[in-house]
Amino acid sequence: MARNFNHRIRRYTFKAMHFFGLFLAMMVLCVPGFWIVLNSFRPTVEIMAKPPVWIPNELNLDHYRAMFGGIGEGGVPVLTYFTNSLVISVTSTVIAILIGMAGGYAFARYKFKFKGGIFVGLMITRAVPGVALSLPLFIIFARVGIIDTHIGMIIAYVALNVPFTVWLIDGFFRQIPPELAEAAEIDGCTRWQAFWRVEFPVARSGIASAGIFAFLTSWNEYALASQLTRSTTSKTMPVGLLDFTSEFTLNWGGMCALAVLMIIPALILTFLVQKHLIAGLTFGGVKG
Amino acid sequence: MKRLKLPPWLVLLLPAILILSAVVLIPLVLSLYSSFTSYRLTRPDSIFNWVGLFNYEKAVTDAKFWAAFGRTVLLLTVALNLEMLLGLGLALMVSKVTHGQRLLRTMMMFPMMFSPILVGFQFKFIFNDNVGLVNNALQSLGITDRAIPWLVDADLAMFSIIFAEVWTATSVFGILILAGLYAIPRDPLEAAKVDGCTSWQSFRYVTLPFLMPFIYIAMAIRSLDVARAYDIVQVMTNGGPARRTELLWTLIGRTGYVDARMGYANAMGYISIFLAIFFTVYFFKKLTKSRKELGMGA
Repeated sequence: MARNFNHRIRRYTFKAMHFFGLFLAMMVLCVPGFWIVLNSFRPTVEIMAKPPVWIPNELNLDHYRAMFGGIGEGGVPVLTYFTNSLVISVTSTVIAILIGMAGGYAFARYKFKFKGGIFVGLMITRAVPGVALSLPLFIIFARVGIIDTHIGMIIAYVALNVPFTVWLIDGFFRQIPPELAEAAEIDGCTRWQAFWRVEFPVARSGIASAGIFAFLTSWNEYALASQLTRSTTSKTMPVGLLDFTSEFTLNWGGMCALAVLMIIPALILTFLVQKHLIAGLTFGGVKG
Repeated sequence: MKRLKLPPWLVLLLPAILILSAVVLIPLVLSLYSSFTSYRLTRPDSIFNWVGLFNYEKAVTDAKFWAAFGRTVLLLTVALNLEMLLGLGLALMVSKVTHGQRLLRTMMMFPMMFSPILVGFQFKFIFNDNVGLVNNALQSLGITDRAIPWLVDADLAMFSIIFAEVWTATSVFGILILAGLYAIPRDPLEAAKVDGCTSWQSFRYVTLPFLMPFIYIAMAIRSLDVARAYDIVQVMTNGGPARRTELLWTLIGRTGYVDARMGYANAMGYISIFLAIFFTVYFFKKLTKSRKELGMGA
């Protein structure tokens, strides 16, 4: 009886600890983000208040209004940055996906010499730190005259994303049995038709998630963008965040508002991609 | 006229190879060359001023460089290990939950959406000594009444940076390890139970070996962009106070753009590139090996 009782107590403490640990972990993961969202709606006076104001007295859209209001109030051309970010990210993602599909297909379906070597070589280009790469890129782009242009940023981001899209898409194509395409070819399709009619539809959702991943990388990238963009003609939002800082002060509220604007697209896309992303990264797991 | 016929795999790979050589390889060759010159941004013709190994010698004998190097390796080791342990713990806790697992998984993904630069600003705000969340909370709870200088004191600043870094990347480990936990076959675990293993033993000798490939996948992915820490550090402390949190990448950026000494910066850049490649190759090797052990094939 006593042993049974002990056992039960142990189980309850374990359960309580489990619940507490989980609660704590989720708090740590979520609170910083909520803090940013909350502060984007609070007036600056309240953000700066000493002693701190915990329960907001007043929530308003002032920071958003200032941000979109133009040069006069906020001083940050947010809409231009948003458009720049969108144009650069979308274009570079589309190109990176096309190149990645070609490359991934080659790795998944063909046998050739130095396959492993070429694959590792492609991966290694991704490991080059952005800062180290930005120095020579800066020199070259300045020479060619594409610094501070959309084209320059798009080219840089395509190269940044290609290794990853090749890797992911290779994994997705590998999960499709080659017999599927072979059957289509026997039925009279060309290889090209077999690819578009049979293999592409099967891998489509996987390719979409690779695309979203590439989009997010471009959308969030900072190290390269901070050096290769100079003015409002090509500055992206991560670089634009720095506009809220000056030598000694920081416009916290405005910065939080821009941060929220940056997170919303990322949030939506991550939810959409969630399932496929995990599957893609683990190559379909151990099911075999 | 005879048309040159390339094998189809090469045609398919050509765009990838072309763009990567244009944007990565050629710049790297250029930076390798310029690391042997005294190139300064302000004097373009200095790129032809060959100085041999001078820049590398200078880097190797520079105490500031080695301090930054050591700090970078320390940061990576501490952060990656912490991320792995916390991610493992998180995944185990989430996998034990019976209701609302989907919601918890979604919450776990939350930090992954944040741009590194955003993470930097967010934690710069949260650790701010005057208006930050942490100090506000500590003061309101009456734990301390002075403003703790989280980002000004050298040790605390390093702690804050590691905290920010771990916050962003733990969920990558958590999500992938969780995927691994779902994929573990039931039979070996039941067999272990029948054979009288304690829950620790069955975790250590059955679950963990199955999880290793997933842990290495996460490590490999993370090692591909460890340099993301540049964004975070640059925003949070910019290498300060008094270079106490200077990492290789912030040092390179400062030397190249602020001091305009491109040649020297590129020499240091090369050392950091080799560091990154070493990490990547190491984890990819581990990944292939542990895959083979499980018979997954590569």
